[in-house]
Amino acid sequence: MNPKRKQKLIIILGGLAALGLATGLMTYAMRENINLFYTPSQVVAGEAPMEKRIRVGGLVVVGSLVRGDDLEVTFDITDKAESIKVRYDGILPDLFREGQGIIANGRLVAENLVQAEEVLAKHDENYMPPEVQHAIEQAGHPKKDKQEKAAY
Amino acid sequence: MFQTIKRLYHQFGSPRYFYEMTGKMQPWLIAGTVLLVIPGLIWGLLFAPPDYLQGNSYRIMYIHVPSASLAMGGYVMMAVAGVIVLVWRMKMAEMVARCIAPIGASFAFLCLVTGAIWGKPTWGTWWVWDARLTSMLILLFLYIGVMALNMAIENPQTAARATAVLSIVGAVNIPIIKYSVEWWNTLHQPASITLTSSSMAPEMLIPLLMCIFGFYFLFAVLLIMATRCEVLAREQRSAWVRQLVGE
Repeated sequence: MNPKRKQKLIIILGGLAALGLATGLMTYAMRENINLFYTPSQVVAGEAPMEKRIRVGGLVVVGSLVRGDDLEVTFDITDKAESIKVRYDGILPDLFREGQGIIANGRLVAENLVQAEEVLAKHDENYMPPEVQHAIEQAGHPKKDKQEKAAY
Repeated sequence: MFQTIKRLYHQFGSPRYFYEMTGKMQPWLIAGTVLLVIPGLIWGLLFAPPDYLQGNSYRIMYIHVPSASLAMGGYVMMAVAGVIVLVWRMKMAEMVARCIAPIGASFAFLCLVTGAIWGKPTWGTWWVWDARLTSMLILLFLYIGVMALNMAIENPQTAARATAVLSIVGAVNIPIIKYSVEWWNTLHQPASITLTSSSMAPEMLIPLLMCIFGFYFLFAVLLIMATRCEVLAREQRSAWVRQLVGE
């Protein structure tokens, strides 16, 4: 290669590497802001601010859903290590079900209790026909294991 | 192998050779597009089984995923063309880079719109500022920036060099989009298909792969059509173009 072109190529690739490094460090420094939600473990550890709009995300604990007056519901979400309570007054998304990953948008009103204004359902990257899912459950392999890994 | 690539590189660097060869390739690429996209979409939208969780709404992925893949693939191609422009000063790379931008922008737009439509029934929201959605929106803005810069500078060669710098700088965003779902927690789910495995049932996966490959063919067809026009416009004073248009 012609030395002048070689030099240019090196400058471009070097510049790109430096830029990549700078972006990497920047996004690393801002990772707390880039993360969309706090996990229950973070909330329990006190990393989430009180009385400020935050998002929390986790899996709805099976059997924890309690319906109150009107549309009020409370349920627990977990990240398999810790769990916190979410209270919500509104219409839950279609995909909401126990065992499913969700993200709640709201405020931390008491220790480990989130008053949600919005609940979003998360789905994972597994797609299969209902019969297959049914067959997997029948065979005693709750596909939840896969799902829970994927939810974070 | 390397010699063949080098020879092709030099041959396609000539606008005339590019024009003639792509003219011959075009019908085959159109045939590939039709044979993959149409059956892929019909299969995916009508005959693939519904998802156990999302029912029928997941079917929008047959447009969403190929669009996303091409928006990113097109950008990488534009950035590589930008490197060739800056280092080797190849005129053909200038034209290709210029023509990719609006096509890539269209796919990025399609990806964002279908994503929002998919998000409403499944997540419960059209939009959320998570890392994946935001970085994809930045990609669309980068494409628009490249297009604007191309239009703002009169001299095509100067425009090509300026946009080449912008496209190369913007390429930093591509790995961020790709790995955003792994590096940070997001509402968007991780990738279903990797190079070695997939977490989709085969009867859903095969039509999706057909759509992805079909959209690649479609991208090639659109790019070739646009670039051929660009070749004619920029080479209008050369003897072969004058002869071609019968002046």
